[in-house]
Amino acid sequence: MSLTPDDVLRLARLARIAIQPDEAGAVLDRLNRVLGLIDQMRAVDTQGIEPMAHAVDVVQRLRPDEVRESDQRKLYQSVAPGVQDGLYLVPKVIE
Amino acid sequence: MLNATLRELSAALDAKKVSSVELTRQCLERIGRFNQQLNAFIDVDESLALEAAKRADARRARGEGQPLAGIPIAHKDIFCTRTLRTTCGSRMLENYVSPYDAHVVEQLERAGTVLVGKCNMDEFAMGSSTETSHFGPARNPWDKRLVPGGSSGGSAAAVAARLVPAATGTDTGGSIRQPAALSGVCGLKPTYGVVSRYGIVAFASSLDQAGPIAKSAADLALLMNAMAGFDERDSTSLERPKEDYGRSLGTELKGLRIGVPKEYFGEGIDAGVLRAVEAGLAWYEAQGARRVDLELPNSALGVPVYYVIAPAEASSNLSRFDGVRYGHRAQGYSDLMDMYCRTRAEGFGDEVKQRILVGTYVLSHGYYDAYYLQAQKVRRLIARDFARAFERCDLILGPTSPTTAFAIGAKASDPVQMYLNDIFTVSAPLAGLPALSIPCGFDEAGLPVGLQLTGNYFSEARLIGTAHRYQQATDWHLRVPKETPL
Repeated sequence: MSLTPDDVLRLARLARIAIQPDEAGAVLDRLNRVLGLIDQMRAVDTQGIEPMAHAVDVVQRLRPDEVRESDQRKLYQSVAPGVQDGLYLVPKVIE
Repeated sequence: MLNATLRELSAALDAKKVSSVELTRQCLERIGRFNQQLNAFIDVDESLALEAAKRADARRARGEGQPLAGIPIAHKDIFCTRTLRTTCGSRMLENYVSPYDAHVVEQLERAGTVLVGKCNMDEFAMGSSTETSHFGPARNPWDKRLVPGGSSGGSAAAVAARLVPAATGTDTGGSIRQPAALSGVCGLKPTYGVVSRYGIVAFASSLDQAGPIAKSAADLALLMNAMAGFDERDSTSLERPKEDYGRSLGTELKGLRIGVPKEYFGEGIDAGVLRAVEAGLAWYEAQGARRVDLELPNSALGVPVYYVIAPAEASSNLSRFDGVRYGHRAQGYSDLMDMYCRTRAEGFGDEVKQRILVGTYVLSHGYYDAYYLQAQKVRRLIARDFARAFERCDLILGPTSPTTAFAIGAKASDPVQMYLNDIFTVSAPLAGLPALSIPCGFDEAGLPVGLQLTGNYFSEARLIGTAHRYQQATDWHLRVPKETPL
């Protein structure tokens, strides 16, 4: 199945990646090549086959619900592009 | 010293024939001499390395720290380190310094190894050539016009050029084994869950697994002994008794059942690769191993399945890079949405963006069943092929890669050509199985060929032992690239 230029712009929006109009053609071409490759597995008969989500069958481990981590907000926020009063700064979202 | 195995280096350190400081200086000197050409390292920290070496020497003087204390190593730049930035080969993380160390970093530090630097890699480990790195391509020490493989290409090139005796890597679809093969060194991808993923920048979480890259199989065992182990901070880390990965170095080859899949010896494989791998197989047969011809009928589907599952998981994992909490943030933007979109457009390279878009597509409404769910079902078929094969054989032998190293730029224009290079390596991570690559000769151009051994779950020690026996009889793994002479 081939994608259209509109599909690429829709996917880019979903993936939060800005694509310039002049890049869209090259991106479309490469995506269609990759889809051509992965389409090979679509025809395989997989009726009754359980999907394999993980390499090893493990169950989620549980631990007692107790505090073990200490507050390291300062350290973790030291690598942020913008912080103020312990909060991450982003462009205004509410007028 | 530079061509010595870890065991020999450890003995020399114990006997005070060399100190860790001297060894570390030798590595730093070689990095200074060759790294500009090879671009194997993104960062090197001389003073930190020499301080660590002094501590290791003190530890050895107390009679402690065997076998790894004082051994200089390098980490793929995907492992978080507090002391050096962790870029993952990306502009997105160009200036990122992690607030914590990865479990593997902690473990190797506890063992006393000396971290000299961080190795170049494909951006976010997405690539088979180390060409997608934001910091420029790494180069193959056997021929600097060629790629060293990828994504752990910097680690493989650094070990091949004898810049460091060992390095770490990660393998999602072949990223340890393929660069090991193309660069003429040894690399092991362990069973999924054996090495903690804590502090490894996530690519495809159901496939990612860390492992060692070194000159010999016996060296891989020493590194695995330090790297492996349960870690509760990784929810998929397996709780298993501690094991010695070097316990089977004397493994019996007589009667060993070696599976030979016809799909691994078919068309599309370079003649030089086929010749070297068949000679390796013949050597094992001459030692009394039994060849078991078998089929892995779904193996050709490995690459298509991998390039659904890995991008799907990547598109989810890489959504964290949004310019808010760490990493790159675009300068000019109109609103929050615009900031996300510009930040990600600037911070990610073309291959990473392409995979995120593919992943977004196969997970999107209306396509999920046809692509992602179907890929998970075919993944099960691939795993079943192996389960059936291991009823008849102890391990599977074949080429690691269908070709030897290729020219920088040769496959950059067509993603499918690049992806098909992973044809023999993607199956093991899809099934979660351990596999290693060792050098088994050279093609007519003088480029190293890798032989891959794949085993059943938790059979790392046997794989290492089987490889070690071969290396006792051959010296491919001790050959030094002529472009980086000792």
